[in-house]
Amino acid sequence: MSDGMNRGVKQQVVKLSLVAVGMFAFVFVVMVPLYDLFCEVTGLNGKTGGPYQAEQIVVDESRTINVQMMASNTDGIVWDFGPSQFEVAVHPGESVRVSYTATNPTNRTMTAQAIPSVLPFRAASYFHKTECFCFNQQVLAPGETVEMPIVFIVDPALPDNVSTITLSYMLFDVTPEPEMTGAK
Amino acid sequence: MGEHHGPAKGLTRWLYTTNHKDIGSMYLWFSFAMFLLGGVFALVIRAELFEPGLQLVDPGFFNQMTTMHGLVMVFGAVMPAFVGLANWLIPMMIGAPDMALPRMNNWSFWILPFAFALMVSTLFMDGGGPNFGWTFYAPLSTEYAPPSVTFFIFAVHIMGASSIMGAINVIATILNMRAPGMTLMKMPLFVWTWLITAYLLIAVMPVLAGVVTMMLFDIHFGTSFFDAAGGGDPVLFQHVFWFFGHPEVYIMILPAFGIASAIIPTFARKPLFGYASMVYATASIAILSFIVWAHHMFTVGIPLAGELFFMYATMLIAVPTGVKVFNWVTTMFRGSITFETPMLFSIAFVILFTIGGLSGLMLAIAPADFQYHDTYFVVAHFHYVLVPGAIFSIFAAVYYWLPKWSGHYVNETLGKTHFWLSFVGLNITFFPMHFVGLAGMPRRIPDYALQFADFNMISTVGAFIFGFSQVFFLFVVVKTIRDGKKADAQVWEGAEGLEWTVESPAPYHTFSTPPKV
Repeated sequence: MSDGMNRGVKQQVVKLSLVAVGMFAFVFVVMVPLYDLFCEVTGLNGKTGGPYQAEQIVVDESRTINVQMMASNTDGIVWDFGPSQFEVAVHPGESVRVSYTATNPTNRTMTAQAIPSVLPFRAASYFHKTECFCFNQQVLAPGETVEMPIVFIVDPALPDNVSTITLSYMLFDVTPEPEMTGAK
Repeated sequence: MGEHHGPAKGLTRWLYTTNHKDIGSMYLWFSFAMFLLGGVFALVIRAELFEPGLQLVDPGFFNQMTTMHGLVMVFGAVMPAFVGLANWLIPMMIGAPDMALPRMNNWSFWILPFAFALMVSTLFMDGGGPNFGWTFYAPLSTEYAPPSVTFFIFAVHIMGASSIMGAINVIATILNMRAPGMTLMKMPLFVWTWLITAYLLIAVMPVLAGVVTMMLFDIHFGTSFFDAAGGGDPVLFQHVFWFFGHPEVYIMILPAFGIASAIIPTFARKPLFGYASMVYATASIAILSFIVWAHHMFTVGIPLAGELFFMYATMLIAVPTGVKVFNWVTTMFRGSITFETPMLFSIAFVILFTIGGLSGLMLAIAPADFQYHDTYFVVAHFHYVLVPGAIFSIFAAVYYWLPKWSGHYVNETLGKTHFWLSFVGLNITFFPMHFVGLAGMPRRIPDYALQFADFNMISTVGAFIFGFSQVFFLFVVVKTIRDGKKADAQVWEGAEGLEWTVESPAPYHTFSTPPKV
């Protein structure tokens, strides 16, 4: 092999290795944030935004939207968890307060995190929460019951073909492990 | 020893070798061992599904079998076989003395057995091996995985490193070591398809490494990439996985296109029809493969615009694929065809791969996919593109080039017996799966409703025929190497290419002085 050819191979290897490293980095620095951004913009997967700063919005009395509330638990969390009322009729633009209740029936202190999801997806970005228990983790002592409020506003710009919004909370157990037990 | 020394003696020859032919042979033997192992896993699955109800294995072990069958076949059998063929053939086809990076070549092979030892050893660990399917969707592979998942993750890292090194080697060889006069558009199609495949590997194997690294962090270091409780999203896993996974399926089929394009002209005794269009079609398939991944995820809930985009983009791939099938058929048209074993496998490849492609088009229709999703119809589809696609092309390649490698002709009667057993066995196994799939039988289940019983029994019979005919293949290959009829340099009268200008068996060192093309 001549020296010239050797140099060509070396350059090739450096370039191709950089591509490989670049693609590995691409997963972390591009794909993950891009996916989150994409979901935020499109409301994909029913992801809702963080705390909403209430502005002066004109209430649209001519429209009524049914907001249905649901709750479910993931494996391993035995709390009694559910909405205080299952459905509420609201006008777009008005600030509405509803609540969920949770009881910890176990004899240990548990921490839970509720994850919201809104259906249909196209309504997700028009459903604003000014206050929500899902913004924080909930810590419940044994036997404790707590009422957890949500204050929300349905944006008057909600697409005309949406008349019902389903708000669902899924509860995850995030109690810190008492000690490291190794691999799960 | 002088410049033209032969192979070293003893076991260390294989450990230390940097010779592309030695490494190619080791890849091929390793891949065949994995093919048999993955086949045993498949037969466990089929034996359990012989009758409804749970007979042989418990459902947890059944899940480990479906997972390991997929992983071993994809990463252990098909991919190393193609790398082995690339090692043997690319330097000989372009007139190079060896691969560009011989030491890295040794390294990329020898880490593979360790990767698979690591992965297969999980079957004997507490909690069993991976049981979440070869697609290892989170949170099944994170939150709910057996402890052995960490070994699985490291095994995937090692395989990824092996594939990336192999791919870099192939590109560096093809772009730098061609004989004078061997322009890019004169390269055999097998070299072209491998060049494009190597670029795909470099682009997507790091993505696979990335996704398993995210799993590792979620499991052990408290991150929440895929854990909704911490603000992550399990659906993100599917997007990242299939961004790797769809180009991966073309990684497993593009070299097969190259093999068919080498064999069909030889036995049709006509030059390949549409060489340039073959190159462009291969490149278009590779590029399109990056924008179709979500067709694996039509049912997870993506917006209508997304469903439409991925549906049409997927169907677009049928165009370059159709160009290829058209070219193969046109190459055979009015040729004076003879039906030696490699040609039989190649013709079966064209016909059966087209059937698999058509069921792929059915699956690409987003609204229809809601019915087909996760049924045996999908299993039938991807086995029709992988078994008579990738595996048959590898058989064809072995029958075609074995006389060059070993210096002995294959006994045609034995080769054809292997072909017909495989052909019949494969169709008996996989064709009924279309019907049970359309009727609603879900995949990855150890038990099923009674109405699927007959077709499953037929599938199992076929699977055992196909499985045992591969043991017969081993016999044919060993017999050829040991006492086949002595082969001449040309081997096949219609064959063209630099590899046929060297004697059979190919000397340990070929093209130390570049040939003139």
